[in-house]
Amino acid sequence: MKEIEINTTTINFGPQHPAAHGVLRLVVELDGEVVERAEPHIGLLHRGTEKLIEYKTYLQAVPYFDRLDYVSPMCQEHAFALATENLLKIEVPQRAQYIRVIFAEITRLLNHLLNIPAYAADIGAVTPFLWCFEEREKLLQFHEAVSGARFHAAYFRPGGVHQDMPEGMEEKLNDHFKTLPKFIDDLEDLLTNNRILRQRSVDIGAISKQEAIEWGCTGPVLRSAGVAWDLRRSQPYDAYDKVDFEVPVGKKGDCFDRYLVRIEEMRQSISIIQQCLTQIKSGEISVIDNKITPPKRSEMKHSMESLIHHFKLFTEGYRVPEGQTYNAVEAPKGEFGVFLVSDGSSKPYRCKIRAPGFAHLQTLDFLSKGHLMADIAAILGSLDIVFGEIDR
Amino acid sequence: MLEDLKKITKLSSIKDKDIFYEASFRKEDILDVFKELKNNELFSFDQLIDITAIDYPSREKRFELIYIFLSMKKNKRIVLRTSIEENDNLDSIINIYKASDWYERECYDLFGINFNNHPDLRRIMTDYNFEGHPLRKDFPLTGHTEVRYDDVEKKVLYEPVKLTQEYRDFDYTSPWEGMPKGIDDHNEQE
Repeated sequence: MKEIEINTTTINFGPQHPAAHGVLRLVVELDGEVVERAEPHIGLLHRGTEKLIEYKTYLQAVPYFDRLDYVSPMCQEHAFALATENLLKIEVPQRAQYIRVIFAEITRLLNHLLNIPAYAADIGAVTPFLWCFEEREKLLQFHEAVSGARFHAAYFRPGGVHQDMPEGMEEKLNDHFKTLPKFIDDLEDLLTNNRILRQRSVDIGAISKQEAIEWGCTGPVLRSAGVAWDLRRSQPYDAYDKVDFEVPVGKKGDCFDRYLVRIEEMRQSISIIQQCLTQIKSGEISVIDNKITPPKRSEMKHSMESLIHHFKLFTEGYRVPEGQTYNAVEAPKGEFGVFLVSDGSSKPYRCKIRAPGFAHLQTLDFLSKGHLMADIAAILGSLDIVFGEIDR
Repeated sequence: MLEDLKKITKLSSIKDKDIFYEASFRKEDILDVFKELKNNELFSFDQLIDITAIDYPSREKRFELIYIFLSMKKNKRIVLRTSIEENDNLDSIINIYKASDWYERECYDLFGINFNNHPDLRRIMTDYNFEGHPLRKDFPLTGHTEVRYDDVEKKVLYEPVKLTQEYRDFDYTSPWEGMPKGIDDHNEQE
């Protein structure tokens, strides 16, 4: 019998590794330096979010969504708010829709401003990281101004948003987004034609159109493969049907294309925000139904009914009619969906969270096959993996 | 598309829910139905979005499985459902949709649903050596074990959950309004 010598090394990558973007444990089988198989072990950040939500009222469930993909909190609240509104059969007022779109796009900018430099840092450039964090800080101040929190905002609530933007905010936003495109140009100067970045990302981890669809890829990963699919365009929610924007697509679906798609998405986000700022009008910021949204604090001082409404909303919560729904939004990482089941009580019977990163991480094995060990870091970075949403 | 969907005899109770279609099927027909939905040009539901389950302990067929698909060509979604009993199996769809691998593992892990012909049905979310299926309704929210690092033994220990304060589950449901229908009728009879 012929003897076959298998000369592979199996190594553990993570769960404590700076390039693993969180707590990913990868079991990598290497032939020399070439990856034969990469098997992700996930679940190290599993906190049982879906189970916890079953024991909370609809309003109490909102903050859990901030903690899923903790670098793009508001887009996830958006999905939950839309799903709950769909079951309640309510429509939020115009102003709330615009505020939501503005902040969803700020969240997208925040996400890409973290992913791009983190990706660059993974493959050897540190300067963009410092630059982008300064810009992120400026954007986070807008988060703080409307919700009081920089990250865990709990700002998009079923029925609208928590509170109106403070006075003078629109001018501040306007001023800020006049200067931001210049920053993105500078960032591109630093990265796009950088020889090291290109050598480390062009033709690395390429995914074809067919494969991307088959593996359930969405968002920038799918678009980089050349599929012009964006939920904001194809299934618009809130005020997205009233703004004009381009959907950038890549050609090869490699790490470099994913980087380019994200850069262009930032420019489109800025344009969306500017259009919203010209279109937005004053008005209500949540549905005027005290059975769903709490009454104003000033009313509670003299109205008994308001006091009762307030008490009821923050103890029992509102009851949601029986039914099931699936609502998805275009989160910065891809399609983020909420499958919500109500049994008619004030707590969700089941809330399944569809995280884009879950599907993307699944592709890691075939994306990294045949590449070098060092390319795994590049592929992981370009897939935009955050464990909060994958492990849930 | 609704008319075309109704022509598939293996699908029942098809509804148009505006943002998605809804339909049920029998678990024996899973492979036939999904092949048809994926390969037929009329539908081309070529992307698997999610697989999940809902636990209804009071029902005879305890678990309701939910499959969500997206057709980019038609810009439509479909939510498909089927019911299975607690110790029943159903076929894995991994040969039709590659992406179902982890989703089925998740269903197995969190609900204990077995998929036939899945190449690698292991736990995915929970800890190594975890016991039980956390998303079943009879699994307590607190879980059964807790971990701590023991400085004497120099290792992480698994112990039964000890809570210094009971989990407080207040019943806020008030009888004042929005009373469920059944209870109202009962009061009237008295």
